[in-house]
Amino acid sequence: MTSLPETAAPAAAKSSRFATVLRTPLGITTIFGVLMVLFMVIFGPIIWGAQSTVADFGQLSAPPGPGHPFGTDAGGRDVLARVMTAARLSVSMAMVATALGVCGGLLIGLLPVVVPRRGARFIVSATGIAIAFPSLLMIMVFSVAIGTGVQGAVLAIGFAMMPSFGRLAQTMSASVAGRDFVLAARILGVSKTRILLRHILPNVAEPLTVNASLAAGGSLIAFAGLSFLGLGVQAPDFDWGRLLNEGLEKIYVNPATALAPAAAVVFVGVVFTLLGETLSRGFGIEPLLSRRPRALQKIAAPKPEAVETAQEDTVLDVRGLRVAAPAGANWTHPVNNISFQIRRGEIVGLVGESGSGKSLTCMAVAALLEDPLDVSAESVRFDGSELTQDGKIPSRIRAAALRKQLGTRLALVFQDPSTSLNPALQVGKQVAEIGQLHEGLSAKEAQERAIERLGDVRIPEPKRRAKQYPYEFSGGMRQRAMIAMGLMGSPALIIADEPTTALDVTVQRGVLGLLKAVNKEENAAILLVSHDIAVVTGLCTRVLVMYRGSIVENVDVEDLIAGRAKHPYTQALLAAVPTMKAEKGEYFATIPEGTVFSTSVAEPIAEEVA
Amino acid sequence: MSETKLREEATSPKSLAPKLGKSPWGGQWGAFLARRLGRLGISIVVLVTVSFLMIRLIPGDPVRNALGIMASQDVVEARREALGLNLPLWEQYLRFWQGLFTGNLGDSFTLQMPVTTVIGQRLPATLEIAFMALVFMLACAIPIGMIAAALTRGGRRRGLELGYTGVSGFIAVIPEFLIGVGLIYVFAVQFHLLPVAGRSGPDSYILPVLALSIGGIAGVSRIVRAEALTVLGQDYIRTARAKRMSSWRIYMRHALPNLLTSSLTIGGLVLGGLIAGTVLVEFIFSWPGLGMTIVASIKDKDFPLAQGVIIVYGLMVLLVTLIVDILLVLLDPRSALKEN
Repeated sequence: MTSLPETAAPAAAKSSRFATVLRTPLGITTIFGVLMVLFMVIFGPIIWGAQSTVADFGQLSAPPGPGHPFGTDAGGRDVLARVMTAARLSVSMAMVATALGVCGGLLIGLLPVVVPRRGARFIVSATGIAIAFPSLLMIMVFSVAIGTGVQGAVLAIGFAMMPSFGRLAQTMSASVAGRDFVLAARILGVSKTRILLRHILPNVAEPLTVNASLAAGGSLIAFAGLSFLGLGVQAPDFDWGRLLNEGLEKIYVNPATALAPAAAVVFVGVVFTLLGETLSRGFGIEPLLSRRPRALQKIAAPKPEAVETAQEDTVLDVRGLRVAAPAGANWTHPVNNISFQIRRGEIVGLVGESGSGKSLTCMAVAALLEDPLDVSAESVRFDGSELTQDGKIPSRIRAAALRKQLGTRLALVFQDPSTSLNPALQVGKQVAEIGQLHEGLSAKEAQERAIERLGDVRIPEPKRRAKQYPYEFSGGMRQRAMIAMGLMGSPALIIADEPTTALDVTVQRGVLGLLKAVNKEENAAILLVSHDIAVVTGLCTRVLVMYRGSIVENVDVEDLIAGRAKHPYTQALLAAVPTMKAEKGEYFATIPEGTVFSTSVAEPIAEEVA
Repeated sequence: MSETKLREEATSPKSLAPKLGKSPWGGQWGAFLARRLGRLGISIVVLVTVSFLMIRLIPGDPVRNALGIMASQDVVEARREALGLNLPLWEQYLRFWQGLFTGNLGDSFTLQMPVTTVIGQRLPATLEIAFMALVFMLACAIPIGMIAAALTRGGRRRGLELGYTGVSGFIAVIPEFLIGVGLIYVFAVQFHLLPVAGRSGPDSYILPVLALSIGGIAGVSRIVRAEALTVLGQDYIRTARAKRMSSWRIYMRHALPNLLTSSLTIGGLVLGGLIAGTVLVEFIFSWPGLGMTIVASIKDKDFPLAQGVIIVYGLMVLLVTLIVDILLVLLDPRSALKEN
């Protein structure tokens, strides 16, 4: 909650934000709750005050009945009246103590900004030590020193709240103090005090208000606890804690004597929490909840026989693939109706700018996209098996045979090897897993094969390396391990999604060479995603060019190199590749901002959009 | 402690942590221990000094205060002499430290025996319920948080998510002593199932442990859920899914180990509050532990006893924090050296 909104929202935006928040169920509940609490605090003692001390000796600890909705306590007094009357003392003590805690905390928190460095460090570490002790313990200490009673309790709880507010104000003022506008003010020679009052305080105020509201609930509960222990409010005064203390003894006779004050404490505690939540959303510290769009309408049922039987030598046959993503109340299509084929043993490049849908395409055909993304297609056939069901690719493939096929015949290599391996598991175990899952190997056999595969991808000392964790591997090694993982089965297709982007140029060559070798030795086809034309032309035989969710060109690498690409977007991409032959001082070719190409296949003219 | 703060403390500093050398016993490890023990030392000095001053700062004469106005001046003087209250403050302070090192915390006014003896008798009961509550809390909160995360990740099952956050948020707001009252009402008053007071058979542990842990289960499971959502969004979970294993295996083998460190950190941070929570819970269930003792000693103005118990409570909290910190470094040498 210490994260601040990036820029302070203008007042108008803020008030409309609050208007939105107050219309949500949360906001409405909060308003209702706050009004209830205010009513109890203001009118509780006025309406029920007199009745709360009248003892009805004919009805001691009477159960609920006419005249006494919650019954009477051990002294024959009306429980409802006492609970309502106690509201004012209970809530106001909590408010006063919170105010004390906030003021003291602000002092502790903002002092480091103005005092010399040494003093500042002392204050910060003292706060750190104080915060290590639970507040209840601090309350105990203060109540020994100050004594029991209303005053003592308020001081004890107020003081005990100071360190945590101090810490909050410290972290927030430190983060504000490091921001550009404060640094600028400092360079301009504005005094520390002025910086504090003009720049830091307003920025700290909002999160502090939210936390004060939450803390008020906490301090209400602390008071209840203290009085319940008999260390807080003393007779003849009474708050909810003391009512609870008295009521607990009679819980067998009239449970309401204990349950009513308990419910009151919980109710007001919840209201304070809700108020904190509402404020937090209103200030923009926490995001407003957005609604999900309605379920996507089923696309027209696919024609099962329309797809001609895939050729024997096709490993991946994609027809009419579409990925839909919720955007506000509507759906967008980051991948829109694409079709392509990959033959066995072929290396195909998939290029395009970021956001063109390359990675989504890969994940979609690998059946790895999950809700809320929606993947539909006429047909996606991998290695002879149809992946779609009723025109959709489900986020979980259930059929065991198909899972085995995907697990062993489809390998995936991702962009960032440092995050793709599980940091908590040994590399060898991660590589071995496929063997255990799908090939019925024992843990030992799988481990042996994993070591063999790690050796195959040219990781030195595979036996020792297999027992290491990913953080002990270099980036290139990790990517080799990912490839080894794919080789545990007998892959027919390797989908490599920017496999070298996160790597050093020198390491890149090794990884690409390895992919090429795997392609040759295992006859595994490769779908290589890249935004680097040089990488693609060096490795692939054919290139798919993707733009705004569509495949706009399907071209042989030879034609591409020879300048026979047809689509203007492909030509623009090619022109944007810097060459060593360029003259000194020449600008790099770029695609001008605002240029929109056509997404239809290989059309000659680019439209200029203002 | 608020939930967001907990989560922050449990997660944020780690990303800034420097990388450790290969062996956790290298130079950085030594520096970590030295720094950590140094802070423990300072905290102990602060704790002892505060509890020493606490009594000396009471307005008026603490002994007169304790014995009441009816006590004769001679008795008060004798008691003051026995407590060393007539000595200069610095000498009292030195004697206090000396007493601490020799295991002498003075005699209780009310119980007429050494404070250390009283603490020795009462401490085990408190530790028992605190430890059981912690184990129970983690054993429930981690699975609940993980299941909630698995079911509601990626914005699915909005209804369940709202229900879960609503109910767990509501329970987390209720303090342990009110949960205790509720438990008594349900299990003892309504159904006569469980004993409500004292420490006798195994069933007498159930209600105090439940009262101590239920709020924590709600609060901690929320944090575990948030953490699990982060873990489930990581690339290595996608790698695991690409291997086409069962969801169960993904959660247990690939997600859980990455959750344990942060969950333990949170558990450790909660434990301090849990120890403090024993005060109220013991009071409700007449549990013969330190919590009962401290409440009674403050009420009876038995200052030496209150002082001793506060020091013991403070030490427990400090030690628990230290143990959790060291455990974390052992579990995850990369990430736990977070200070500075």
